[in-house]
Amino acid sequence: MNREDFPMLKEDIVYFDNGATTLKPKSVVHAMDKYYLEHTSNIHRGEYDASIITNQLYDGVRDIVRDFIHAKNSDEIVYTSGTTEGINMVVFGFMKKHLKKGDVVLTDRAEHASNVLPWLVLARKMGIVVKYVPLDDDYSLSVAKLEKEIDDKVKVISIAKVSNVVGDVRDTKRIGEICKSKNIYFVVDAAQAVSHVEVDVVDDNIDFLAFSAHKMAGPTGVGALYGKYELLCGMDPLKYGGGMNQEFSSDGDFEIKTPPLKFEAGTPAIAEVIGMGEAIKYVSKIGVDKIHEHEVSLKKYLVSELRKIPNIIMYNEKSDSGILAFNLEGVFAQDTAIFLNHFHIYVRAGNHCTKMLKEEMNIRNTCRISMYLYNNKSDVDRLIDALKQSENIFKVVI
Amino acid sequence: MDSNLRREIILEHYENPVNRGLVDDDSYILKNTNNDSCIDNIDIMLKVDDGIIKDIRFDGEACAISTSATSVMINTLLGKSVDEAKKILQNYQNMIDEKDYDKELLGELNVYDEIGRQPNRKMCALLPSNAIKSILEMLEEK
Ligand SMILES: Cc1ncc(COP(=O)(O)O)c(C=O)c1O
Repeated sequence: MNREDFPMLKEDIVYFDNGATTLKPKSVVHAMDKYYLEHTSNIHRGEYDASIITNQLYDGVRDIVRDFIHAKNSDEIVYTSGTTEGINMVVFGFMKKHLKKGDVVLTDRAEHASNVLPWLVLARKMGIVVKYVPLDDDYSLSVAKLEKEIDDKVKVISIAKVSNVVGDVRDTKRIGEICKSKNIYFVVDAAQAVSHVEVDVVDDNIDFLAFSAHKMAGPTGVGALYGKYELLCGMDPLKYGGGMNQEFSSDGDFEIKTPPLKFEAGTPAIAEVIGMGEAIKYVSKIGVDKIHEHEVSLKKYLVSELRKIPNIIMYNEKSDSGILAFNLEGVFAQDTAIFLNHFHIYVRAGNHCTKMLKEEMNIRNTCRISMYLYNNKSDVDRLIDALKQSENIFKVVI
Repeated sequence: MDSNLRREIILEHYENPVNRGLVDDDSYILKNTNNDSCIDNIDIMLKVDDGIIKDIRFDGEACAISTSATSVMINTLLGKSVDEAKKILQNYQNMIDEKDYDKELLGELNVYDEIGRQPNRKMCALLPSNAIKSILEMLEEK
């Protein structure tokens, strides 16, 4: 759907790398252009017309994000540079202060590097313990297995809402209930979830949630962190400077602002924040449920067509999203991706930053197809046609 | 070079590379080539005796270009002196970087003489040479 909104699709390409970043619709690029070409100005200061427009747009995005993830109020929305920064802020600004040696953080081996490494650093620094819930046979994360790992030492559960290689949608509602009843902090990486499945931070009792705009039709370098307001109050900024302080003087006294501004030192990515707002408007207008339905039905079609090709190994046929990891038997994933590029089909090959998944899957690298609203059956057909010619793969890649 | 012949040689080395499999022997120096720009992950180990490259072995998971280039490189360097090897490595790098190089010196490595035109494949072709170069440097520092 809506292919005409995405100028890049006018090229003769099949874009199947949406898990890495999505294409951007014209409306998002235009909103950012407008800032640069018509009302460039900084935020939080200035009384002139251009700055008033910029401030309104910039501040307005907080309300747009709030509604999008169903938060209670806009002060719980912190602008970030993306998911990675959001999770780092939670780990080093909050958890470092509130956890103690021996406390357990529960996660799993399908998580992205950005939801693993910060915890591992904290483990090294202060002796918290990172534990991994074993995945199911289909590499999804089940609530039952997660519950088995919970004991008094578990203080945090930090997981992706949708994992980026397996593409399973985690039951954050149920996990949120468990966290609430056991007084466990619930941290959610929503990088692959936003605009693919509904995200509701209040209903799911989520304490912190991070996402990036570029994986949902928005610009790169921007995202948002949600935190329950009282938790944000207890979180330290990792950056200090202009825009986040109330007052400071040469006697060493200073006072910092309240959330969310206390986390937003320095001039932010203004155009990108505005672009993020526009992206949320764009996907909301289509409807997240509709996007999800579209991706899932397209994946079903993809899987049924791939089954007809004998030398394809699929790793996550069943997961309820637009993500499929596969390999051609006996072919290195990178060679497959290079082969597909020859047909202008863009897929990603590698470990997709989930380097621990190999411990469960016994395979280090896969090709990943990740779909979005604009993909269609004809994209799938082109992929299938190309893969049917894979006996010629080395004629192409060598 | 005829492109079919080129492909045949590369494919043969990809499917049946020489000296695959590491040995547990500390007279070798080992280097892992896990790099950022591609997903190839190869271990290379090399043994020098009296200034002569006595053995090179490798193992790992990598694309057709990296794997075959490792195999061809091993064939080319075995039995050479460290100085000769360095010369070959430098000329090979020049070839991949599309600079002047001595074709005679490179033998079968000439099958990669067009890789430089594909920027995304340069790293694959350079994987074994970079690793072996750094092993030779490690040896010198010893
Ligand atoms: C599940 C998941 N978490 C986190 C990230 C990191 O997002 P970003 O690079 O935008 O910070 C990604 C991106 O690939 C992801 O897929």
